[in-house]
Amino acid sequence: MVAIIDYGVGNLFSLKSSLKAIGADAVVTADEKVIAEADRIILPGVGAFEDAARKLRESGMADVVKKEAAAGKPMLGICLGMQLMFDKGYEYGEHEGLGLIHGNVRPISDVIPEGYKIPHIGWNLLKFKKESPLFKYINEGDYVYFVHSYYAADCDDAVLAVTEYGADLTAAAANGNVYGCQFHPEKSGNVGMKILKAFVEL
Amino acid sequence: MITKRIIPCLDVKDGRVVKGVNFENLGDVASPVDMAKIYTSSGADELVFYDITASAEGRRIFTDILTETASNVFIPLTVGGGINSVADFDRVLKCGADKVSVNSGAIRNPGIITEAAKLYGDQCVVLSCDIKRVNGEFRVFARGGRDDTGMEAIEWIRRCVGMGAGEVVVNSIDTDGVKGGFDIEMLDAVCKAVSVPVIASGGAGSIDDFIELFRKVPTIDAGLAASIFHFGEVSISDLKDRMAAEGIPVRRL
Repeated sequence: MVAIIDYGVGNLFSLKSSLKAIGADAVVTADEKVIAEADRIILPGVGAFEDAARKLRESGMADVVKKEAAAGKPMLGICLGMQLMFDKGYEYGEHEGLGLIHGNVRPISDVIPEGYKIPHIGWNLLKFKKESPLFKYINEGDYVYFVHSYYAADCDDAVLAVTEYGADLTAAAANGNVYGCQFHPEKSGNVGMKILKAFVEL
Repeated sequence: MITKRIIPCLDVKDGRVVKGVNFENLGDVASPVDMAKIYTSSGADELVFYDITASAEGRRIFTDILTETASNVFIPLTVGGGINSVADFDRVLKCGADKVSVNSGAIRNPGIITEAAKLYGDQCVVLSCDIKRVNGEFRVFARGGRDDTGMEAIEWIRRCVGMGAGEVVVNSIDTDGVKGGFDIEMLDAVCKAVSVPVIASGGAGSIDDFIELFRKVPTIDAGLAASIFHFGEVSISDLKDRMAAEGIPVRRL
């Protein structure tokens, strides 16, 4: 079973539906016991880093997620959920993340040339940097759906895939059992479904 | 490289998809859920659902349809029509919408943009704008293109983006339903005025019209159309093949 962490951030309807569509059992929960019994965890998130990081801490979910990650449970952060897995986020100040993947989350305006619209919204292609079981059903050059204004930086060792938007931006990263994707697999059509399928088979 | 998006728009009334010519003479097409599935498998990059019912009963049916669509279709879904409050945002987001578009609701109460952007993020708030030329200026129309608000459109769009709209759908009433091509002049003016993604709507009659749009307004992000897709006059896969052949970045399945 997949536990989708509920900490009051974002729209979990599509994520739950997409897992159901690939035949995976999923539950949206903030119950520590349910999360402990689940065999994998998804950390979703949309919105601002500071607000989400605070809600994650205040709900007690930050400690639960860290504990499960340390125990080796496969974990996938999506969009802001991925960003929260890094050490620090620089969105309106400096904020502490979960520190599960080394690196920092910085504005994409730091690296992309002028003339590129922010946020980076739409379908963009994946360039693989490392082999990963997460990609076992997809190919380099497949398109996925992005919506973001910040990206994971200072994390070269962890990067699994990048996408080009005036500069190479981290599209997926991993540290052992902890995975993150900046794009939304639950909104990326068949390619996204294949990534979720690979995750539930980890 | 980011791709140009192709977006079919489904106007939903009493549980069915309709499309008007110049917003009138609504004709019946098909089941919205079936159409959403067909469009997704033919390569649509996103779907827009407009709720054009007025009754509470119609609204309930629309919400059910939205839920069923979002349970079956896994590409971005924008919902508009009858969005007048943050409670309306909440209602459709809970049923699986990813973005919510505001039009007349924002004209009546512009504060809804700021409020929704704070709660759900800029990326969730889409400004939809019906524009028509009046006395040589671009004018914003409300209530499905029926009422002239007297507001100049470019200024209105700038203001809404400043308040937190993360994307803009520009629908030209002058070209809508005519199938003579997108309103290049209007779209160019909007793209020059704002730095958020802009979606072109109104006027597509053929594949050539989309090619002209992406060539003449290179900063436009997406082309939206309804009846030409619904009636099979343009197939999304043919359109995307042609875009690729013309060197326009496009996602193909």
